[in-house]
Amino acid sequence: MTIGIGKAQTQTTQARSRRLWYGRLGAPTLIVAPAGSLAALSLIPLVYLLVRALEGGEQTLATLWRGRTLDLIQNTLVLTAAVTGCSAVLSLPLAWLTTRTDLPARRLWSVVAALPLAVPSYVAAFTAVAAFGPRGALQQLLQPLFGLERLPEIYGFTGAWLVLTLYTYPYLYLSLRGVMGSLDPALEEAARSLGHGPWSTFLRITLPQLRPAMASGALLTALYVVSDFGAVSLLNYDAFTRVIYNQYRLAFDRSGAAGLALVLATLTLVIVGADRAWRGPHRYHRSSSGASRPPQRVRLGRWTPVGLAYCGGLALLTLGTPLAVIGYWVVQGLRSGNPFVLTWRAAWHSTSVSLLAAALSVAAAFPIAVLLVRYSGWISRLVEFPLWVSYALPGIVTALALVSFGARYLSPLYQTLAMLLLAYLIRFLPEAVGSLRASLLQVSPHVEEAARSLGHSPLRVWLRVTAPLLWPGITSGGTLVFLTTMKELPATLLLSPIGYETLATKVWNATRELFWSDAALPAFLLFLVAALPMAILLWRQQPTEWAGTPVSGDRERQARATGSNW
Amino acid sequence: MQFQVNRRVFLRAVTAALVAGTTFPLLQACGGRAESPTPTAASGTEASPEPTATAVTTPMTHAPPSPTGAATVTPVARGTVGGSLTVYSGRSESLIGPLMDQARSALGIDVRVRYGDTAELAAAILEEGGRSPADLFFAQDAGALGALAREGRFIELDTEILERVEPRFRSPQGLWVGISGRARTVVYNTDQLTESDIPASILDFPGDERWRAKLGWAPTNGSFQAFVTALRVLRGGDAARSWLIGLKELGTRAYENNTAIVRATIAGEILAGFVNHYYLVREESQAGRDLPAANYFYRNGDPGALINVAGVGILASGRNQEPAKALVDYLLAPEAQQFFAERTFEYPLIDGVPASPKLLPLEEIQTPNIDLSDLDDLQGTLALLQEVGLL
Repeated sequence: MTIGIGKAQTQTTQARSRRLWYGRLGAPTLIVAPAGSLAALSLIPLVYLLVRALEGGEQTLATLWRGRTLDLIQNTLVLTAAVTGCSAVLSLPLAWLTTRTDLPARRLWSVVAALPLAVPSYVAAFTAVAAFGPRGALQQLLQPLFGLERLPEIYGFTGAWLVLTLYTYPYLYLSLRGVMGSLDPALEEAARSLGHGPWSTFLRITLPQLRPAMASGALLTALYVVSDFGAVSLLNYDAFTRVIYNQYRLAFDRSGAAGLALVLATLTLVIVGADRAWRGPHRYHRSSSGASRPPQRVRLGRWTPVGLAYCGGLALLTLGTPLAVIGYWVVQGLRSGNPFVLTWRAAWHSTSVSLLAAALSVAAAFPIAVLLVRYSGWISRLVEFPLWVSYALPGIVTALALVSFGARYLSPLYQTLAMLLLAYLIRFLPEAVGSLRASLLQVSPHVEEAARSLGHSPLRVWLRVTAPLLWPGITSGGTLVFLTTMKELPATLLLSPIGYETLATKVWNATRELFWSDAALPAFLLFLVAALPMAILLWRQQPTEWAGTPVSGDRERQARATGSNW
Repeated sequence: MQFQVNRRVFLRAVTAALVAGTTFPLLQACGGRAESPTPTAASGTEASPEPTATAVTTPMTHAPPSPTGAATVTPVARGTVGGSLTVYSGRSESLIGPLMDQARSALGIDVRVRYGDTAELAAAILEEGGRSPADLFFAQDAGALGALAREGRFIELDTEILERVEPRFRSPQGLWVGISGRARTVVYNTDQLTESDIPASILDFPGDERWRAKLGWAPTNGSFQAFVTALRVLRGGDAARSWLIGLKELGTRAYENNTAIVRATIAGEILAGFVNHYYLVREESQAGRDLPAANYFYRNGDPGALINVAGVGILASGRNQEPAKALVDYLLAPEAQQFFAERTFEYPLIDGVPASPKLLPLEEIQTPNIDLSDLDDLQGTLALLQEVGLL
């Protein structure tokens, strides 16, 4: 039995035989056309930026050279690297503990570990300052006990790094968790039988198999950090997004801002390129017949408390802090006689529009994921890059690009729900694409070929065989888009139908004018509405218990049962 | 097998939600045009009978009186104007939402408001060009109004309207007009300082070791920017630069906004900070008690005595200029000006409406001799702040 992490070779012969069918692009038009048009949509922000930057001419160049552009790029890169690296370090043990060990309440921990994603970074930053800032709650708690006058500085790099790590690590955790739970143990067992110890097996066999999951999780984390404005501005870290915002806010200079945003786009290309190089042209599905089994579970024994402390501590830090601060605000508000108004309308808007965005993004991600995985080549690269660039641009840039485009060319749709959904699609499509791609990578084309050989039409094979196998990727991609849409601000403010308030805009509106107690309830609802669907999905997606009996059968059933792959 | 069932249930739920999600907003959109059931964004299910009675403790709006119905009830002499109007408001809903409700019922105009950040909305209006849905722009500061005026996006306002406000608080070309005033002050911690500890001029802060690492400012904040611009205009770029460098060398702490500075001052994290006057008043009213901090007002024409305004301009591209004019008229009438005095704790700008008793009266603040329109040169200020290393 062989399981390949080698270079893919089988596809070349198949590709040759199909070339006639697929034309010169090397992929079916049915795939290329929708994927291409989505990529074209994603190009809107870039085209807008080019037009604006060129309009500015020398002025734009002057803005780029003035001040500390290079310093700020460096700041952003340092922050990105630090957050991504630490997220990996945090997530690996978490994913391992929740999928490969006998940790008590494993299921609960595996859900809780993903929940920080439901906290918007601006809320996280606000509450982190309230809790750990100078004279914050923690300091006031510790002062009478230890006479502690000052905590370590939260503003600046430390704060931004901590907050972003603690609230973006789930991107990596989720993709690792999916793969770790469904790794075929055959390779590890082979390594052990050849005399490798557990560590050596982990480093040389397990870790390389986690590479695609690592890569897609890390890419999402890194690009999120590049585009984040909420946390870095509240925590006073001079990241590149801040200059872009300042250019709009202080100078009303759209050309200068566009020039700066183009620099950021270039940076994104470098990051995506690095990711591609690291990912490599490997294959991760089983290459021969035979079914994979769920891996053996490690008994933690006396290490159990350590594992529990790790999961519990992290949950306390990431979820306990914001919830405690929000709870404190609620109590404060009640005490000062502030009547709480339930914001059902906003909650309904948030939920429905996020669901729509999630469904739309997943549907749109299908052709792109297929193109990327099955028809990798220059055309897939051409389609992929603009997606990532739009994802990494700060929200305000994409929002203004769509304001410009929408008012000009789509005026009947401008500031309608359709326009807003388009904005969400352009901003968050890569999250769905990433999840689907990771799932698709694990589906062997042989399965489809088998189905074809049994007389099914390609469409039928897709619907009956491939799509069910991709279910984990569909749910995870959908959930990610749902969550991010829920937290989105700039596009929502500028492009929503007038008076269309969401939970995020309510929180923003209240915190901006100091009304903490008014922010508390929508913030809590936002967390709840975002966390609930994710928790339910994750809970259901738990690998089935296999009390001793190895599951036999075809791979499809296997994948379905393990619910692999975020 | 079990999973498949789950999936089916899930899919069914999602489909139901999606169908509901698409139809509901669509229905709403259709209804919205014709009669606008709840034009206020803040309303929805949160109706309560009295509109503004519990003003101070409840900053959010709770009462969206149905616009057409209430217009006949409200005893306002102004007569209903009718029609509809789209406002882009850089002022937040929690501040002016109730006022917009008042205006709706008083004027009988269907006022629709898009709330957002002042500068982002200004950028959006510029991007939208001639197709902008906005009729009126309500900006947080004069700088944004200046930027749109410079691009020729505003029409000239009527002299009668303009003249209700002192010339120092409006556009010299009559393209925008101030609605409420916001004074720059130094907020200081009263547990650790008294009023006499504050230097006689804002220019005397640098070089005084007492303030090392004990001052706060918000270099990215529009009001602070406007102040630096004023400093440049009044005392020249060199003076502004050395003031900034001096304070930076003292280790002055940077905050994201005025709110954060006020809170840090109250908490004793810093001794004093450069802010707008109303943040402290508002924080106190929300806390329901006096907090250990106070505002220091400069008054003798010192650059520290700058008063900026929040104001409005009517867009040349707007299709509802008459209702827009009616709203501006309303905003500069006693009823609305009273609202700013009592609810947002800003300075009313028309004669006969007194400011909150907690504030130094406007007449006693001799502002530096500066045209607020000059404050739209933020580009130079930005360059200066970048050069000094604050941005």
